[in-house]
Amino acid sequence: MDNEAAFDKFKSCAVEVLQVPAEKITLEAKFTDDLEADSLEVVELVMALEEAFDITVEESELDGVDTIGQAFDLVTSKIG
Amino acid sequence: MTVSGRRRVAVTGVGVVSCCGIGNDAFFAGLSAAAPLGEHRVHDFDPSPWFDVKQARRADRFQQFSVASAQMALDDAGDLGVDPARAGVIFGTGVGGLETLQQQITVLVEKGPRRVSPFLVPMIMGNAGAAAISMRFGWRGPCETVVTACAAGTQSIGNAARLIQSGRCDAVMTGGAEAAMAGIGIAAFTNMTALSSSGVSRPFDRRRDGFVIAEGGAALLLEELDRAVDRGAHIYAEVLGSASTADAHHITAPAPGGAGALACMELALEDARVTAADVAHVNAHGTSTPLNDLAEAEALEKLFGTPGPVITSIKGVTGHSLGAAGAIEAACCALTIDRRMIPPTIGLEELDPEMHLDVVTGSARQLPPGVVLSNSFGFGGHNGCLVLAPSGFSSSAAGN
Repeated sequence: MDNEAAFDKFKSCAVEVLQVPAEKITLEAKFTDDLEADSLEVVELVMALEEAFDITVEESELDGVDTIGQAFDLVTSKIG
Repeated sequence: MTVSGRRRVAVTGVGVVSCCGIGNDAFFAGLSAAAPLGEHRVHDFDPSPWFDVKQARRADRFQQFSVASAQMALDDAGDLGVDPARAGVIFGTGVGGLETLQQQITVLVEKGPRRVSPFLVPMIMGNAGAAAISMRFGWRGPCETVVTACAAGTQSIGNAARLIQSGRCDAVMTGGAEAAMAGIGIAAFTNMTALSSSGVSRPFDRRRDGFVIAEGGAALLLEELDRAVDRGAHIYAEVLGSASTADAHHITAPAPGGAGALACMELALEDARVTAADVAHVNAHGTSTPLNDLAEAEALEKLFGTPGPVITSIKGVTGHSLGAAGAIEAACCALTIDRRMIPPTIGLEELDPEMHLDVVTGSARQLPPGVVLSNSFGFGGHNGCLVLAPSGFSSSAAGN
């Protein structure tokens, strides 16, 4: 899967879970400030991503993940 | 303030989500119409006036009913101008978010524990409705949930009234909501043989064969009477008093002869400083189960004699919405007093020959002068009774 296709898939998960318009899902967007997502919503998003990309993300790996870009990097590091 | 030093409680807002109508006018008109066919779900409930898409996904249906009915009651009450620290929420439910629980157990079994929603706990907890109401209104007084099966709505309102009587709160949003019609809920009630096999709710009828399960919610905005009068609020009724007792007898069957119901009604009248002779009308629990209706009828006959005050059970139309039932019936009582009309007991065709009650059948009947009693009895032996009256009611008994 190329990077663009992966981000499209990532974006559709984020739109579905966070209920925000697709254009707000940018690499710089912060979960709390820009997307009004609290910690439970981030957990829910990660669960959706795990299922969509068939990966496993440990809770400890989410430390310091505040933006869409950081979350996307975490996902791409798992799918190689 | 009364001579007893207890503050008086006005009902200044009412909101209803019921299978026979959403909103006060639709609900009250629905009570005199034919019962809905089939399942008594609130088929036309749309959460969008009260929740955006994201909020609705994270709120179980029972919480949606709680918030919707509370917001309708608040809108109905008008501008309260209440201190948020002196405004409370007492909102009941029988089981909380059963539909969400059932759905997430399926996720657990089919996809494993890592897929269970992080929102499961705040969605299923019984206090989710009360919590959501307090957050929505920004009210920071007592916010609690009564979980006493089918008595939860009534006992919530009784407890809420006490918060105003005692001076702790100036306004309290109270009531109850239930959305337990998930497959697991219906199967469980079916297997305990509580549900009507005919699917028809017939309170006090000779052929009654069980209750018809329903869902819904209702809210009453209770307010200290003087401030309600001062701000020119419309006052539906006053809550004069209430009582809560336990049968201490059996987990599902009522105490023989309706002893628990009788004790609770007597205490409620005493708390309200009225006598049995003051009671014009009883909005009965009247579930349409053989045991409940017989026990309640026995208790009513012992307390009031025969035929006694005018009785109705709206469960012929609404079905039995468990923890919401008492709230929906209290809302009915407030509207009954305000409109001076008692809805009929739909489904009752032939009164059980063992009962000697004056039950309203066919069409609505005018409310005679006096107070109104609302009964609720729950599995576990919980009894709740509320006494409401037109504002300014004065007991015929001396000293009141």
